[in-house]
Amino acid sequence: MSEANVQTVADMQTAGIPVLKLEHLTMQFGGVIAVNDFSMHIDQGEIVALIGPNGAGKTTAFNCVTSVYQPTGGRIYFKDQEIGSGRIHHTPDRITRMGIARTFQNIRLFSGMTVMDNVMTAMHLRRRSNLVTQMLHLNADEERKNREKAWKLLKTVGLTDVAEELATSLPYGKQRLLEIARALATDPSLLLLDEPAAGMNPQETAELGQFIVRIKNEFDLTVFMIEHHMNLVMDISDRIYVLDFGKPIANGTPEEVQQNPVVIAAYLGVDEE
Amino acid sequence: MKKKSKVPALITWIIIAAVYAGVFAAEQVLPATSMLFTVLKKGATYALVAVSMNLLNGFTGIFSLGQAGFMLIGAYVYGIFTIPVADRPVVYQYYDGGVIQFALPVVLALALAGLAAAFFAFLIGLPVLRLKSDYLAIATLGFAEIIRVIVQWNPMGPVTNGSNMLRLFPNFNDFNIRNAQGEVTVYLSTLIPFLISGVCIGLIVLLLNSGYGRALKSIRDDEIAAEAMGINLAHHKRLAFCISSFFAGIGGAMLAMYQTTVQAKFFTTAMTYEILLIVVIGGVGSVTGSVFSSFLFVAASEWWLRFLDEKQMIGSFEVPLLRNGFRLVVFSVIIMVVVLFFRRGIMGTKELPDLFRKKRKEEAEK
Amino acid sequence: MWNTIFPYLLSGVSVGGQYALIAIGYTMVYGILRLINFAHGDVFMVAGIVMVYIAASGLPLWVCIPAVLLITAAVGFIIERVAYKPLRSAPRMSAMISAIGVSYTLQNLVLYITGGLNKQYPTIPGISNSIQIGGATTKVVTVITPVLVILLVAALVTLINKTKIGMAMRAVSKDFETAQLMGIKINSVISTTFVIGSFLAGVGSVLYFTNYPTVIQTSGAMPGLKAFVAAVFGGIGSIPGAVIGAFIIGIMENIIKGLDVILFKAGVIAKPLGLAIFSDAFTFALLIVILVVKPTGLFGEKTTDKV
Repeated sequence: MSEANVQTVADMQTAGIPVLKLEHLTMQFGGVIAVNDFSMHIDQGEIVALIGPNGAGKTTAFNCVTSVYQPTGGRIYFKDQEIGSGRIHHTPDRITRMGIARTFQNIRLFSGMTVMDNVMTAMHLRRRSNLVTQMLHLNADEERKNREKAWKLLKTVGLTDVAEELATSLPYGKQRLLEIARALATDPSLLLLDEPAAGMNPQETAELGQFIVRIKNEFDLTVFMIEHHMNLVMDISDRIYVLDFGKPIANGTPEEVQQNPVVIAAYLGVDEE
Repeated sequence: MKKKSKVPALITWIIIAAVYAGVFAAEQVLPATSMLFTVLKKGATYALVAVSMNLLNGFTGIFSLGQAGFMLIGAYVYGIFTIPVADRPVVYQYYDGGVIQFALPVVLALALAGLAAAFFAFLIGLPVLRLKSDYLAIATLGFAEIIRVIVQWNPMGPVTNGSNMLRLFPNFNDFNIRNAQGEVTVYLSTLIPFLISGVCIGLIVLLLNSGYGRALKSIRDDEIAAEAMGINLAHHKRLAFCISSFFAGIGGAMLAMYQTTVQAKFFTTAMTYEILLIVVIGGVGSVTGSVFSSFLFVAASEWWLRFLDEKQMIGSFEVPLLRNGFRLVVFSVIIMVVVLFFRRGIMGTKELPDLFRKKRKEEAEK
Repeated sequence: MWNTIFPYLLSGVSVGGQYALIAIGYTMVYGILRLINFAHGDVFMVAGIVMVYIAASGLPLWVCIPAVLLITAAVGFIIERVAYKPLRSAPRMSAMISAIGVSYTLQNLVLYITGGLNKQYPTIPGISNSIQIGGATTKVVTVITPVLVILLVAALVTLINKTKIGMAMRAVSKDFETAQLMGIKINSVISTTFVIGSFLAGVGSVLYFTNYPTVIQTSGAMPGLKAFVAAVFGGIGSIPGAVIGAFIIGIMENIIKGLDVILFKAGVIAKPLGLAIFSDAFTFALLIVILVVKPTGLFGEKTTDKV
């Protein structure tokens, strides 16, 4: 990570409130506690990674943040606004409208639609037009602007040449990029990436890392990601949180986490060669 | 950005214009009793209902089996509000002429038929749209059964005529233009259903091609992802359900005009199944497919396959198996073959313009 | 008061038992395939028609009844093999559409064979006879039904809990894919389920059509739907649930059929309201209420989708 970037992050940290804050987040399914008393925060402009062995509750934490689940304990704040807790629960689309977008671990694209339409669909939430103006195509101006924006996003991820192909006809790696473009189309300020590098080779993973940093700067984002590729995590993260069996066991800068004996025992020592 | 070729759309418009011109011409030339017109009128009606069902099942991914119920609402609203006041004592003979003592113009009654169906869809949608696919199917089916019973309930008689028939309301034949002697000068009885259906289906196509259409398709493809992209599931599902029911209601009113009578007992689950099978044969997720398949289905059942229901002699040889009901058996077999082996139906998810697009692409490659 | 209600209660228990026998088929198939077998009501109707034709051939009843049950079981087996098995990996909607197609096909086949006429169900000596209970006159079948249902359900539950095939069924309904990986022969388990379900629907048809002795191609539609509602009410996948649900629906439906008479005799209403026609609609209203309030029914298990 470049020095300049670290500098801006530090400035913003002092300036304001965290973009996302979890306070004692707990999610219990019957007898299973998937996430157990997890507290964390992400400041404006940071890239924070959430790591841990399979089944550690990482995706569950994401699902709580995006309101797919209502947490059984603790609170979730987005820019100082309580968005999820025992007493507050929104539908996931509300969360997206507030400015949190996500990708999925097992890619969930709209299979019957083109690449372009996948991105266009994600702009539906910011429309100004209503049903009647849309049906009668009186919103041509908005539609054209959206199309241009979608095209720009596809350019960002390098998918303009396949814009009119069916989304599911793309190779795996490109589907992941399309998911990111689609998430960006919702105009988020916080982007959640669930294993963005899964299934990618080291070369692609390295490129993805640069890409994430680039879109973070270009779109003024804060990034929260789950990832297993340690090189990518260590490369681009400002800070890292580690979950094991739902419990947070460590957090800190990549260097700190790397040297933390608990982490090495629980995770790195086993998983990394 | 690439610009899409406008040629396929142009060809499509030319075909549609030709069909309408053909219908109009045929009606002036051929005798009004020709089987062709029966097929065209009923086909146009079923086309609208099938497309409205496809909007839910094929484009939004909501498996609803309430279509007959919404058609019933439409048919009754149309009938109730258009029977001429003078004819009401005859129609409502058991209910002292009924409580409603006015008649609305046809166009207004049609709109009202749609709105009433949409209103009921809104009410029933509040609880049932939260249900998962197969539960939703059975709940909507149950709703259609309930509606059918309520309409026939004796205390409703002054409005609905109970289990008796509604009749003497304006039908398709009343659109024919007559001279002072009462002779028909211009036949419009087939063109009008084509126009009503055409406008309605056109509106549905416009909806599907809009941002809302994309939102609905995204729900069909992946509810969880759609929600994560900021699409309010409840709102959009309700919207699709109400719009679909609106057009099913208009379809019901058209069916009333086609049949010239309305009676609740005919709007059964079997009718919904029939429409569903039309949608499946045409291709779940293709408007064009539903339209084709409606005409095909009606033509086959009312006309082309009629011979299967009667004894046929080839010379002195009597063809075995042919007797009343055999047509439906053949039909069932065809449907099962489509369901099991040609699951994409006639059109898959393609539309009319796509057909020309593909051809042109192949030509370009040569 | 009691004398007015009792006959309705009695026929409610009877018809409830008959619904129960159909409902078990729905609930078992749903438990294993997650499919609403829309054709199940029609299998029940086919059982009735088969009985009409076999009895007309002059065979003695002790041959007819077993033959009907065997043929019904075979019909269930064939339907599964022809119409559902090829769609096992297809989207759920396809299988449901196929089930509706099968329903349509069976009804049309029967329409063709019977010419669309009501067929008189043969009288079965012994169970068709009238008897007096508690001041009400009814047929023997009314009394036999609940007893027979309880015996059959007990046998079925034993089969499911104690035998190898029963264990396989439970495994498949818990987790289809894992059961397959563990070497359970999925296809034979599914076939067995259909055979048992159809067999019970066959038994149900003998009892039902003794009470309502005409059969036509649409005879299965309503009982089928009601039995399905019963299965949902009890919690789909649960056999005791389906049975209890069926009895409740049978009783409520018959009470509504007699509601005008009951209220009239009790002096609540001055003239009949024609409420009897709501006996069918009530079932569906109940269905919608259950689905909204407690979609898992009385004894169903909760499942969550994985994101």
